[in-house]
Amino acid sequence: MKIETPVVAGTLESSDVMITLEPGTGGGIEIDLNSTVEKQFGCAIKKVIVETLTELGVTDTKVTAVDRGALDCTLRARLKTAVFRAAGQEGSLCQED
Amino acid sequence: MSRRLRRTMLFVPGNNPGMVKDAGIYGADSIMFDLEDAISLAEKDAARFLIREALTSLSFGQTEIIVRINGLDTKFALLDLEAVVSTGKATIRLPKTETADDVLACAEQIALIEKAHGIEIGSTKIIAAIESARGVLNAPAIAVSHPRLSAIALAAEDYTADLKTSHTREGSELYFGRCMILHAARSAGIDAIDSIFADVNDEEGLRNETKLIRQLGFDGKSCINPRQIRTIHEIFAPSQDEIRHAEAVINAYEDALQHGSGLISLNGKLVDRPVVLRAQRTLNFAKAMGFGREVNLDE
Repeated sequence: MKIETPVVAGTLESSDVMITLEPGTGGGIEIDLNSTVEKQFGCAIKKVIVETLTELGVTDTKVTAVDRGALDCTLRARLKTAVFRAAGQEGSLCQED
Repeated sequence: MSRRLRRTMLFVPGNNPGMVKDAGIYGADSIMFDLEDAISLAEKDAARFLIREALTSLSFGQTEIIVRINGLDTKFALLDLEAVVSTGKATIRLPKTETADDVLACAEQIALIEKAHGIEIGSTKIIAAIESARGVLNAPAIAVSHPRLSAIALAAEDYTADLKTSHTREGSELYFGRCMILHAARSAGIDAIDSIFADVNDEEGLRNETKLIRQLGFDGKSCINPRQIRTIHEIFAPSQDEIRHAEAVINAYEDALQHGSGLISLNGKLVDRPVVLRAQRTLNFAKAMGFGREVNLDE
């Protein structure tokens, strides 16, 4: 799936993460991570981002993630929300299972 | 006859990750994640994704998990049902229930989703929220409409708006609705859950309202702030005298069963079925407070 226009999901509140997806430049999934726990969990957060986007068929996009201590499940939820918004779908959430 | 206690049902906005992850730590009997009124139209999708991910990833211990979906008359309801039912981990709270057909329509969709996802058919329960005069008048039919229905709940704010009045601290305007819902629930053998008490800073008002609904016979009360949980549990807790008496009743009942006696007496007084059932309920509330024992009576 191709990201055509920028989309945003999530907030900057504690325990949340704000995800912005922008059209890719042909370089795969590029991640700009800003996290309060980047030193400890930066690699793990990026792994979840890549895995989730790949599962959803997104292979070329620029991801900006501003993390406020989100759990993995919150990160996945915000990524899925952003991708479905990019696709212009309300989202049948079980399709990707 | 062992049943889950529902003294408190804590409302948690479905799009707040911090509140969702911490929802289990406050000791509520049930947590109700809200996809309806607490979520703006623009964030319905985000809340639905968040709750689905939370249900599949987080553990809330023994706490009952409920999700309030959007109304069946909205485009969100079926997506909400699919997202929640497919996890097999939550009860559905159906808002704005006005007729038995509303429950049947919801139950039909749930069955389709359960079948599609290999979830045991019938395992997903429904709580019907009554929010209008029509719903209150149809409460007896709603309560017996489907085996999935495990409780009916009063939503006082919408109900009083429909009555063209308001929810007062004293609550006299709710008396008819509460009694209708309670009788419908008891007649159907399901739970009756009272509305929220909206003023979180008015502990005396919460105490008075909880005492009233406990005396009416309700199983519990919805709440909107963790601070309200302890107060409600305190009021639903039996006294030491009540526990001692209930234990004596159950001991007498079990002794009579053991000796094949049909007649049960305690201190010279006849102990009949209503007394035993009341004692069972008392001890199960005591057990939930962390003392005493759970009682399961053979019918």
